[in-house]
Amino acid sequence: MDDALLRALTPAVIGILCRRGADFATAEDAVQDALVEAVRRWPDDPPHDPQGWLVTVAWRKFLDVARAEKSRRQREVRVETEPAPGPGESVDDTLRLYFLCAHPSLTPSSAVALTLRAVGGLTTRQIAHAYLVPEATMAQRISRAKRTVARVRLDQSGDVATVLRVLYLVFNEGYSGDVDLAAEAIRLTRELRAMVDHPEVAGLLALMLLHHARRPARTRADGSLVPLAEQDRSRWDTRLIAEGVEILQAALARDRLGEFQAQAAVAALHADAWTVEETDWVQIVEWYDELLRLTDNPVARLNRVVAVAEADGPRAGLAALSEVDHGVPRYAAVAAYLHERDGDPATAARLYADAARAASNLPERDHLTRQAARLNSRSSR
Amino acid sequence: MTKYLLLKHYRGAPAAVNDVPMERWTPEEVSAHVQYMRDFATRLEGTGEYVDGQALSPEGTFVRYDGEGRPPVTDGPFPETKDLIAGWMVIDVESHERAIELAGELSAAPGAGGRPIHEWLEVRPFLSAPPTVTE
Repeated sequence: MDDALLRALTPAVIGILCRRGADFATAEDAVQDALVEAVRRWPDDPPHDPQGWLVTVAWRKFLDVARAEKSRRQREVRVETEPAPGPGESVDDTLRLYFLCAHPSLTPSSAVALTLRAVGGLTTRQIAHAYLVPEATMAQRISRAKRTVARVRLDQSGDVATVLRVLYLVFNEGYSGDVDLAAEAIRLTRELRAMVDHPEVAGLLALMLLHHARRPARTRADGSLVPLAEQDRSRWDTRLIAEGVEILQAALARDRLGEFQAQAAVAALHADAWTVEETDWVQIVEWYDELLRLTDNPVARLNRVVAVAEADGPRAGLAALSEVDHGVPRYAAVAAYLHERDGDPATAARLYADAARAASNLPERDHLTRQAARLNSRSSR
Repeated sequence: MTKYLLLKHYRGAPAAVNDVPMERWTPEEVSAHVQYMRDFATRLEGTGEYVDGQALSPEGTFVRYDGEGRPPVTDGPFPETKDLIAGWMVIDVESHERAIELAGELSAAPGAGGRPIHEWLEVRPFLSAPPTVTE
């Protein structure tokens, strides 16, 4: 039973149903039902034409709902019971589905949930599990999202930037359920790139691949975090790095820089260094400067501070830090690091303890607590 | 089965026996503590007694309704507040005795010097749905 195939077919099948006259919300439900049936029936009775099978079953399910609706409301429903063997899947249908699910009228969490279901073909249960909320809550979130976009016409084109933001959010969600959200985000971004010729789509895909490549080295077996400088770089996935770098170079060559390309360029420079000492920090600072020109993002500003410290020393880093807003997440952690590099372990230990209290997730908090503990236990010996 | 909340306090509980702030432990002691907590939760999953566990950020805000058409009033964080919850574990167990037994084990998590913290945990039964048979 090929789960990946099933999920890859999902948006195309929804698109076909919509083109045959189904409304998006009902079509999406019908396709989910068809997927459930496929999971049940395909292992014993695999179809010759998986997509055709899904379209037939989903269309039947859609008609059941439409008929029930019709008899309930006593109103004409303009759907053909036996549609002509109309056009098959179309790239445009799938692309419009991406735009619809990332529609600006949706909140980010709704857009993420709807994208994972209608474009990614995940079940509500899987999405709920991945985001650690009850299934009923996620079901409500998805159906509200569908109501919100009900009036958006599926033939409207959208803004690719909204889709990229949603995919980036999915990628960044680090929870480990039975669904690998990072891998799912990469899959969806690959699909998007096959449909849209846009350097930022390539930039986001490169960014994802370059970060995903580090994943085996990013955590220890006990779940604790390994900072970039301490990662065993032989465990980085060189195949993903090569692919990410190639995609990025092709995108940069088009000379339409965007924030994802700039972030990917930073990741590529890290990937290029086989030891932390070989890192080209000067170039990394330049890329952060580019990034700040594109988006005056306080997180990027803070990350730039670290690169400045590595390139020009901790004093330069502390000077740059003084221009960053104290409220930025991880501010205290960066300050702690710079003070330690500057030879002030007592201040660093205090700041690491502050940073641990301000951490937004457990592995990071434990890591920062250990940093404070390391400096304190050293000074007391 | 009854659900119990095992509540861990940053402040507000009586002082632990081995009362040293975490950043004063060694990194290895921090790791050992984290591992103990993970193993404890995994073991309760295995026995079918684990429900949920969450840690909270120490920064909190008090909020209250301020009347029609007005934004809520917020207050805090209060650095001197007497009681501060650090996190909890919810367990679903056969008896009150079992809840006490498990809380005792959780309180034995290793701290400074690798010795048990002996911290005070608060054990609170959940109010349940009314039973079908009442007479």
